[in-house]
Amino acid sequence: MNFDKELNARNLSCPLPIVKTKKALNDMTSGQVLKVFSTDSGSVKDMAAFAEQTGNPLLAQEEANGEFIFYMKKK
Amino acid sequence: MAKKMAIIATKGTLDMAYPPFILASTAAALGYDVQVFFTFYGLQLLRKDLSNVMISPLANPAMPMPVPMPVMVQMLPGMESMATMMMKQKLKKHGVASLEELRDLCLEADVKFIACQMTVDLFEFDKSEFIEQCEYGGAATFMSFAGETDICLFI
Repeated sequence: MNFDKELNARNLSCPLPIVKTKKALNDMTSGQVLKVFSTDSGSVKDMAAFAEQTGNPLLAQEEANGEFIFYMKKK
Repeated sequence: MAKKMAIIATKGTLDMAYPPFILASTAAALGYDVQVFFTFYGLQLLRKDLSNVMISPLANPAMPMPVPMPVMVQMLPGMESMATMMMKQKLKKHGVASLEELRDLCLEADVKFIACQMTVDLFEFDKSEFIEQCEYGGAATFMSFAGETDICLFI
């Protein structure tokens, strides 16, 4: 999937993946896609909850080698 | 209109310092307007220097210890500093942000900090020891915001 910006949130615990995602989105324009790498298993539910509450669609998510990858579109 | 959250932070130990800052920074990231009212021991969390925010195994039987430790041993001098050092190492190892980092994230996200004026007077605290980004007020100041919140927590 194409993306415009990448965020490395590996080895960070709650709430940093969410807070850093929000900060990264702040610097982007509407329609751009952010790719987030996380190793925090709690971020799977949290990213979905973040997307739902902020209205930034979570386009896709993957899990590979103990890492979680999220594609979030800025609303 | 943005949702609102208010937190009353009343504790000044390392373990109890995390929930207000974690919840405040998260709520701010979710678009909430957030205010935190720091009162009594919670005021310690507004100090410029947070190195005295500690955790004690004493009277804290739920704290996981590497080895079982009798209360008599927990009372010994230096135990609190040791427990605090170990806890900070553990937090760091697990990628949990430091209190300073979380507090900065809150400020960056426009979380409003209100320091209880009564507590400052009661304990004769020196305001110069607190961060400049907090306001001083009383219960009524806090209530004008708290009365309109969607979430209000006492920690």
